[in-house]
Amino acid sequence: MAELIQRSALELADAIARGETTSVEVTQAHLDRIAAVDEAVHAFLHVDADGALRAAREADERRSAGQPASALDGVPVAVKDVLATKGMPTTCGSRILQGWMPPYDATVVARLRAAGLPILGKTNMDEFAMGSSTEHSAYGPTHNPWDLERIPGGSGGGSSAAVAAYEAPLAIGTDTGGSIRQPAAVTGTIGVKPTYGGVSRYGLVALASSLDQAGPCTRTVADAAALHEIIGGHDPRDSTSIDRPLPALREAVANADLSGVRVGVVKELGGEGYQTGVRARFDEAVKLVTDAGAEVVEVSCPHFEYGLGAYYLILPSEASSNLAKFDAMRYGLRVLPDDVDSPSAEQVMTATREAGFGDEVKRRIILGTYALSSGYYDAYYGQAQKVRTLISRDFETAFAQVDVLVSPTAPTTAFRIGEKLDDPLAMYLNDIATIPANLAGVPGISVPSGLADEDGLPAGLQVLAPATADDRLYRVGAVVESLLEAQWGGPLLAQAPELGGRR
Amino acid sequence: MTLTTELMPFEEAMARFDPVLGLEVHVELNTASKMFCGCPTAFGAEPNTQVCPVCLGLPGALPVVNGAAVEAAVRIGLALNCQIAPWCRFARKNYFYPDMPKNFQTSQYDEPIAFDGWTEVDVDGEPFRVEIERAHMEEDTGKSLHVGGSTGRIHGADYSLLDYNRAGVPLIEIVTKPIEGTGARAPQVARAYVAHLRELLLSLGVSDVRMEQGSLRCDVNLSLRPDPGAPFGTRSETKNVNSLRSVERAVRFEVSRQAAVLAADGHVVQETRHWHEDTGETTPGRSKEQAEDYRYFPEPDLVPIAPPREWVEELRAGLPEPPREHRARLQAQWGLSDLDMRDVVGAGALPLVEQTVDAGAPPQAAKKWWLSELARRANERGVELTELPITPAQVAEVQALVDAGRVNDKLARQVIEGVLAGEGTPEEVVSARGLEVVSDDSALGAAVDRAIEANPDVAQKIRDGKVAAAGALIGAVMKEMRGQADAARVRELIIDRLS
Repeated sequence: MAELIQRSALELADAIARGETTSVEVTQAHLDRIAAVDEAVHAFLHVDADGALRAAREADERRSAGQPASALDGVPVAVKDVLATKGMPTTCGSRILQGWMPPYDATVVARLRAAGLPILGKTNMDEFAMGSSTEHSAYGPTHNPWDLERIPGGSGGGSSAAVAAYEAPLAIGTDTGGSIRQPAAVTGTIGVKPTYGGVSRYGLVALASSLDQAGPCTRTVADAAALHEIIGGHDPRDSTSIDRPLPALREAVANADLSGVRVGVVKELGGEGYQTGVRARFDEAVKLVTDAGAEVVEVSCPHFEYGLGAYYLILPSEASSNLAKFDAMRYGLRVLPDDVDSPSAEQVMTATREAGFGDEVKRRIILGTYALSSGYYDAYYGQAQKVRTLISRDFETAFAQVDVLVSPTAPTTAFRIGEKLDDPLAMYLNDIATIPANLAGVPGISVPSGLADEDGLPAGLQVLAPATADDRLYRVGAVVESLLEAQWGGPLLAQAPELGGRR
Repeated sequence: MTLTTELMPFEEAMARFDPVLGLEVHVELNTASKMFCGCPTAFGAEPNTQVCPVCLGLPGALPVVNGAAVEAAVRIGLALNCQIAPWCRFARKNYFYPDMPKNFQTSQYDEPIAFDGWTEVDVDGEPFRVEIERAHMEEDTGKSLHVGGSTGRIHGADYSLLDYNRAGVPLIEIVTKPIEGTGARAPQVARAYVAHLRELLLSLGVSDVRMEQGSLRCDVNLSLRPDPGAPFGTRSETKNVNSLRSVERAVRFEVSRQAAVLAADGHVVQETRHWHEDTGETTPGRSKEQAEDYRYFPEPDLVPIAPPREWVEELRAGLPEPPREHRARLQAQWGLSDLDMRDVVGAGALPLVEQTVDAGAPPQAAKKWWLSELARRANERGVELTELPITPAQVAEVQALVDAGRVNDKLARQVIEGVLAGEGTPEEVVSARGLEVVSDDSALGAAVDRAIEANPDVAQKIRDGKVAAAGALIGAVMKEMRGQADAARVRELIIDRLS
């Protein structure tokens, strides 16, 4: 049983297909693992053992009838608590949605169910996906399986930690400024932010509508491709969804080859402020890639340095509007003010939002409300949109020279829980390398690049590709993965300390 | 409500000031589904039965634009001689209110789909040109029902009930440029403009334009200035003036009120005002100084709308004849006097009369049925003519029965009564009620003989050549036949027998 949870999702699917094991057995193994280690990791906010096992039995029936629903039929998955799940609580890591049971499934969730993946539960996150450490969850932080005193990244720390701790072979994250890629980097796992519009946002509780994108969190590049193919593709319920078929992603992994591929190292991502060990592992990976036949050049993206500033105007602006709906009128928390006899709707709204939102959420609502205000709009929101355009142009110019761009995913390895909680700006800086992709809508992947010498913690390498060319992420990511694993003699995660005694 | 507002008589006000009007009309489209989701839009359903995650603003739900609403918006824009934007976006208008599920309204801000148009309205038979600023798309809010308190407004209510059926119904907001040069005709111009829009929208088939059901709602902006050359004065915005008569009255009231303020060297406050249908007054709402900052920004959940040129031209080519031209053409074709035509239009019967004529009835007859008998019936029932359970085709069928001599006028009224009572088609009512006139000579002959026998004096007069006396005998025969005799044939039979 111990062995089952260490296998990749595609290996599990194979084993189930061959009759070597069953979906019920696989699902139960992961539920057992959750029971054993999640008290320490706290990757999950809700575990749905009954629902997962029911779906697993159905998967086994399909398998025995010879009619699997997908390549991953019967392989369990964990879902970030920001996606609406019918019959399962969806809190977004916030007090204000405590106990809310959506009456509908997000498109991503509906596709997982249709593909036969049992949903193990909902994973922890920074409240409304605002944060880079999962410390802003109203339900307590998630701990990094590499060092329980450290953060697992954020906002999707729960999804990445669940995968890293073998509590789930697959998880869904969402990435608004790096919330899939940065947790992947600091937990030694894979995270993919697809092209904006490549995966439906219907049912993804919006943080910033123009930046949000759901994607896979896995332990192998091939698993990410398989999961991406299941959740991606056009959805008529999301107007921003791309009405074109996805590129062949699993095929890109199978045919991974770097010869003749032009790789650009982004000059502006990787200098000052990047931890020495992170930088060293990145440089080594770039050398490997060069040796494998890629043509590596340095590329300048001069406007990336304004990305963080633009991002922290656009995101709060959209968030301040998106979060206005949490008003106690129709669902979620309702708080009556203490000192009022028969409070007005407005007083109830105020009391509820005061009690229901955490500090980081309030900070960004205030920021966004201010940035959109009459008289400030042009100077803040308007200017930020211009920067956004310039960053898109930087990408266009870069992709005219190279096929993919690479950089360290995050400037540092996992920091200690509490270390940056009182310094929002330091926290924001963690997303400096991941934000440009969201601003321009291009796809990105983070693959492990090794352990930093100074702390022995994982670092990540980010690959960025032009919009809709997600297949390039997989082609390059898979080669990097196999070259590095050959050096390490196995997956990086094999070097992680054991959790809860035996693995 | 006690009247504390100082008013200057309208005529005096008009002698001293020049009015400038502005009208904002919200039109609910009659699309089958809502602006951003597939929920139905039917009026009057059980509260909160026409809702889904999208129009309830549930977390995670996303809007998708209703193509039929965009088409209607473009057609309205074209009918108002507007430019159609080659590219435009929706914007979010942010404010908190419980009947607005997302606490922002998805609307259009600085990029309306239609702009810079004009239309010509009929004011007492003369054309008056109104410039159109813009026509833009947005979604309606839900409805609040404030329970308790005396005013029916949220202030003082014990609690409020919310119905989200209307939330997300497609709206087009049509805004005029400042309307100058009306002089003392301002109230009539305002009314004529709204009446004209109703007619135009009806001819486009894009809305039910039922003011009483709120599918056409009007805000009246008005300011006064000392003379036509002076800069605009400060305006008031009177909200929800929802009948043609009220539009006219609201303008009159605001003219008198503002004139009194200005004459006393006061300042008109820029504010929204509530309209009171019962008293014909406006009262202050919220002042613009406390006005909210709506923090508009482009709606990131929707992609821009770029109506292809060819499609717009196709829609332009398919527009119906404009109402004024249409009316003039029909009037000429039907040979109606100006007065008759105004009666038809005023009664809201133009499309009905037109359809009745199209179904084969002579214009005069079609007009007569709708403006007399059917208008009376509608009045009795307290409904609009269009709501009577009889179709123009059925009215034409009744007239055909009259023309064929199968029923007379009196019987025809009974046929209509039967149709309205749900007894079937005119033909079915005739046979079920046995209403057809008797022109069978043997039956009529016997009745004529009995009438001659019973009235020997009258018969003698006719024999003596006083043919006019036949009326009395015809009356007797009709009475015996309970009105179902062909009066002309009865007359012939009497003359035959007595000459």
